[in-house]
Amino acid sequence: MDYVIQQVLNAASIGGEYALLALGLAIVFSVMGLVNFAHGELITISGFTMYAIFIFAAPTSAWGLLPVGIIAAIAAAVVFERVAFRPVRNAPATTGLLTAFGLSIVVKNFFVSVVGATRPRAVPTPDWLSSHIEIGAVHIQTLQLLEAAVTAVALMALLALLRGTNIGLAMRAAAKDFNTVRLMGIRANQVVLAAFVISGLLAGLAAVFIMARRGAVDPFMGFTPVLKAFVAAVLGGFGSLGGAVVGGLALGAAEVLFQIILPESIAGYRDAFVFLFVGGVLILRPQGLFGRKHQFGDKEG
Amino acid sequence: MLVIDQLSVSYGAIKAVREVSLRVEKGEIVALLGPNGAGKTSLISAIIGLVPASGGRVVLDGVDITRRRTEDIVRLGATVTPEGRHIFADLSVGQNLRLGAATRRDRDGIAADTERMLAMFPILRERFASRAQTLSGGEQQQLAIARSMMSRPKLLMLDEPSLGLAPKLVEQIFGLITELRTQGLTLLVVEQNAYDALAMADRAYIMNSGRLQFSGRSEELLASDDLMELYLGTGTGVHAGAAS
Ligand SMILES: Nc1ncnc2c1ncn2[C@@H]1O[C@H](COP(=O)(O)OP(=O)(O)OP(=O)(O)O)[C@@H](O)[C@H]1O
Ligand SMILES: [Mg+2]
Repeated sequence: MDYVIQQVLNAASIGGEYALLALGLAIVFSVMGLVNFAHGELITISGFTMYAIFIFAAPTSAWGLLPVGIIAAIAAAVVFERVAFRPVRNAPATTGLLTAFGLSIVVKNFFVSVVGATRPRAVPTPDWLSSHIEIGAVHIQTLQLLEAAVTAVALMALLALLRGTNIGLAMRAAAKDFNTVRLMGIRANQVVLAAFVISGLLAGLAAVFIMARRGAVDPFMGFTPVLKAFVAAVLGGFGSLGGAVVGGLALGAAEVLFQIILPESIAGYRDAFVFLFVGGVLILRPQGLFGRKHQFGDKEG
Repeated sequence: MLVIDQLSVSYGAIKAVREVSLRVEKGEIVALLGPNGAGKTSLISAIIGLVPASGGRVVLDGVDITRRRTEDIVRLGATVTPEGRHIFADLSVGQNLRLGAATRRDRDGIAADTERMLAMFPILRERFASRAQTLSGGEQQQLAIARSMMSRPKLLMLDEPSLGLAPKLVEQIFGLITELRTQGLTLLVVEQNAYDALAMADRAYIMNSGRLQFSGRSEELLASDDLMELYLGTGTGVHAGAAS
């Protein structure tokens, strides 16, 4: 029983991390039609900012690094929007895609050549994060528990924002009909900014957890998680917010499941099996679990 | 209230609006008529800043708004109920109205205006919590107009408010437009229903192929079969079948 609970928590924490990242991708995509390939760089920037604070400010406790990591990701997302994406906002979608690619390359190379981070740098995390707690017979890692809980809280807060605030409603409306949102006198820049702030916040939360798990930063640390998040977003239906969450959790569950059922000899091919599973789902539902066939079907009367 | 001077709109090589000048005075209902593709929607879109003007000027209450952003123009008191309604399909009726008032901070005023709209369009009260997508076409048009009114515009531009509506509803919408004017609103109404539009409007402009072809008082047009024939086709309205 405790084994099952542990594995479920395992799936929830990995899946939660994918969900946070996939949701950030989905929110930016739904509002702007932009596939943000530079999303992983938010994680890298967040990680290196925590690293820099650790090196230069030498805090006595690693606690203070966590908010710094989150704020750095938000700030980076805002800067990306302002500097890179705003100038191409009204350009064809491929232009935005290439801009994101370029941005991703520039940021990675900044850390490789300017910062000179050619190998991973260690960053300490609060001890209690890697500690375990006992609930009855169940042995639970604090980090995982926290990750699942924070993901749940973040999702609920986001849901409340999207349902109960003007900016949240405007973001949902802008996903289909940005011009009409502007006809309400709502500033396009604010709606886009909100989307990036949220995607940065979610990436920052994920970055803190990724850091806590790895205990080190390197210029490519954002790549794999965001690759998985893309898979999760596609699995859920790209652009659908609910789909991003379900896709993330489903991907996390699939990973844990294959980890358990695959025999030792082929366990190394876990991800291949996971992607095979995702491919199978997409053959049955090409638009993803929650995707709609007409993402932009608002032009009819 | 609104002065348009030599306004042009181009989409690449297509010249959709060619040096059109017109004015709308405070408290007027002005009809903008013309066949499909005449450039009516393009003209309205340029006024509200959704498409750039390639030449000319738009002045609202003495302020040059030609290169302003849509959201700023709306904040100055003009708005458009777009062709094809464009209600926010995924949001509820109430949330649509709420976004209509997004620029306002006076909670009490917003509540009062919401109540006023619900009194004017009882169906919206009935369907207040439903997703807007589930409304019928006519109900969506009512929602679109009510949503526009929530920003308390001084100038409301309606782009084909009767499009696709049954005759009875058309009558109702036009009655409403007349009522809105008595409340101090200024209206520019794009219409295919030439007869009905002229019956309610003070003045009319007729566009064709991007150019202004006629401007004058509504009675003048209505009284002359020749003019109606010349500018609006058969003399039975441009698309008499559109509403049925
Ligand atoms: N986004 C666009 N890109 C290219 N051409 C356009 C665009 N919008 C309109 N046009 C063209 O500009 C011309 C004027 O179109 P517009 O929509 O302004 O006409 P309209 O008078 O509103 O017609 P309708 O009564 O059918 O609504 C048409 O020839 C149309 O094909
Ligand atoms: Mg039109």
